[in-house]
Amino acid sequence: MRRQVVHQPLWKKVLKRPEVGALGGVILVFAFFYVMAPPFRQLSALTTVLYQASTLGIPAVAVAMLMIGGEFDLSAGVAVTSSSLAASMAATEIFGNIWLGIIFALFFSLAIGALNGYLLVKTKLHSFLVTLSTFLMLQGLNIAITKLVTGNVATEDISGMPGFNLAQSIFASSFKVGNVNVSIAIVYWIILALIGTWVLLRTRVGNWIFAVGGQGDSARAVGIPVKKVKIGLFMVVGFSCWFLGMHMLFAYDTVQSGAGIGNELLYIASAVVGGCLLTGGYGSAAGSALGAFIFGMTTEGVIYADWDPDWFMFFVGAMLLLATVFNGWIRVRASSGRK
Amino acid sequence: MKSITKKSVFSMAAGAALACATFLTPVHSFADSSPRYTFAMITHGQPGDTFWDIIRKGANEAARKDNVKLLYLANPTASGEAQLITNVTAQHVDGIALTLAFPDAEETTLKGALAAGIPVVGFNAGGDAWKEAGLMAYVGQAETIAGAAVGDLLNKDGAKSVVCVDQQQGAVQLEARCDGIKSTFKGAYTILYVPGYDMASAQSRIEAKLQQDKNVDYVVTLGAPFAPTAIMAASMAGSDAKVGTFDLTPRAVTLIQQGKLQWAVDQQPYVEGYEAVDLLWLYLHNGDVVGGGQPVLTGPAFVNSSNIAAVAKFAKMGTR
Repeated sequence: MRRQVVHQPLWKKVLKRPEVGALGGVILVFAFFYVMAPPFRQLSALTTVLYQASTLGIPAVAVAMLMIGGEFDLSAGVAVTSSSLAASMAATEIFGNIWLGIIFALFFSLAIGALNGYLLVKTKLHSFLVTLSTFLMLQGLNIAITKLVTGNVATEDISGMPGFNLAQSIFASSFKVGNVNVSIAIVYWIILALIGTWVLLRTRVGNWIFAVGGQGDSARAVGIPVKKVKIGLFMVVGFSCWFLGMHMLFAYDTVQSGAGIGNELLYIASAVVGGCLLTGGYGSAAGSALGAFIFGMTTEGVIYADWDPDWFMFFVGAMLLLATVFNGWIRVRASSGRK
Repeated sequence: MKSITKKSVFSMAAGAALACATFLTPVHSFADSSPRYTFAMITHGQPGDTFWDIIRKGANEAARKDNVKLLYLANPTASGEAQLITNVTAQHVDGIALTLAFPDAEETTLKGALAAGIPVVGFNAGGDAWKEAGLMAYVGQAETIAGAAVGDLLNKDGAKSVVCVDQQQGAVQLEARCDGIKSTFKGAYTILYVPGYDMASAQSRIEAKLQQDKNVDYVVTLGAPFAPTAIMAASMAGSDAKVGTFDLTPRAVTLIQQGKLQWAVDQQPYVEGYEAVDLLWLYLHNGDVVGGGQPVLTGPAFVNSSNIAAVAKFAKMGTR
């Protein structure tokens, strides 16, 4: 069969983007709760939903880029807690300075990412296994080290330390739009999703990521530094975990060392709902944001609709399934569109 | 506020070394010649939860004083906790202290332990089921009574509509608290489930609930780590709802001192852990059974602005 270069109108190109299915899902779920749940219609409800989405979406942007690069990270959920714990304990017990604690945590999180990537390229095991191991190790370390250092399983309240107020205003403040409180995490989330999208679509590194995830061997053959790209992607996930970890630390002052477990699946789910393939080489950073938004709308929507709380998780699962099926249906329609 | 800036790296290293030393020192004291027992403590606690850590500190203290070797095991799922009972039965421990959080799931494996002649005491969870399950004694807060006391308090505070925040859907002792509140509280009552220790999700769900139902004027959290989150959710949602909580953490103590948290219902977890081990020891050492067929109650003890000062110093030490 001969391949032809067909000039398509812009709207057709847009319809073929990976995130278009997720956009359909967003519209469907939004419309559904808009009709079903009157309290969902207020502006303050939207910011609550966006806040929930942002705390999934910040790591999900990085996880989506990693998945496009062909790898998983199961350690991302607990790595967020590790980062908050590292910052809090380094600040209170070692440095006596909040900023050094924050910087320490940044290096710590990047190191976890680098370790994940290094183990991956060295052992040549599947990233599922490598990061499952680091996930379990971090889970144990979070509790064991916290207990060793503080004698408790939660960190001390850092809100009395000098510099706390400034750090809080950077990572965890909120501002008013009209009479509605908006968390700054939402702003950061959108910025990160935009940066991720720009990197993927407009830079050479972005091309590398798609190539590494889609055709690793060919990528290597044409001189793309596959190992460096993969380690770098894990470090990007590490950075996003640090960022969310700082938000969690300064928003809630203390950290329970058992927190974060299970969230890694939600990050991956957000990326997949947003158009990433589990096999790599295809996906979108902006799509992960839409995926997180769908999840946020679903969990909060069930509450706004005041459905029986005993059925909560069932409703969330069912809505997510509905959104994902609809999303897939749109994607198939869009990409097989007649020319 | 206690100084939290221990600047010297040396002091931290010394602390870590000390912690290691404590960790490595056997519980057995050579000066004491009384027989050494091995007890197992099995809970449904989530790892990394402050509350369970306080229970464990109490249990360790009793084990130290009673010259007992203590195995601490925890699994937050019904089947997991039940399996742990089988494991320690196979290890032939001398006594078991367990939380009866999932009575139906634990019943079968518990029978195996009882058939093996191992004395079993319950603590913390299962105040309604321990006798039927064949446990020797039970130490804890009667959760329904504690809930009822909270309901009365809410009436006195003039609350009209309350939301109960439950962090572990399906755990009987949390449901008993809710049932207790429902039995005495005269206003409107709803329950809200939040997922474990994911504070961001907990916050946004409480926010959503407060936006959904503007009449809510009181939020009661069933676990103290959620109290600060509920306070923040109320402020983000622009709601005037007051917050009270079951259990106590150092953070909750600070919030009561600041007047942001109205009260905390303390079940004194340190005593629960301590007594559970001690009851086993008394039975093996002297054939004593405490409680006279009734639960040994450790709560409810209300902590509010009137008595916070006395409680605060122990909370700072991580034992209240």
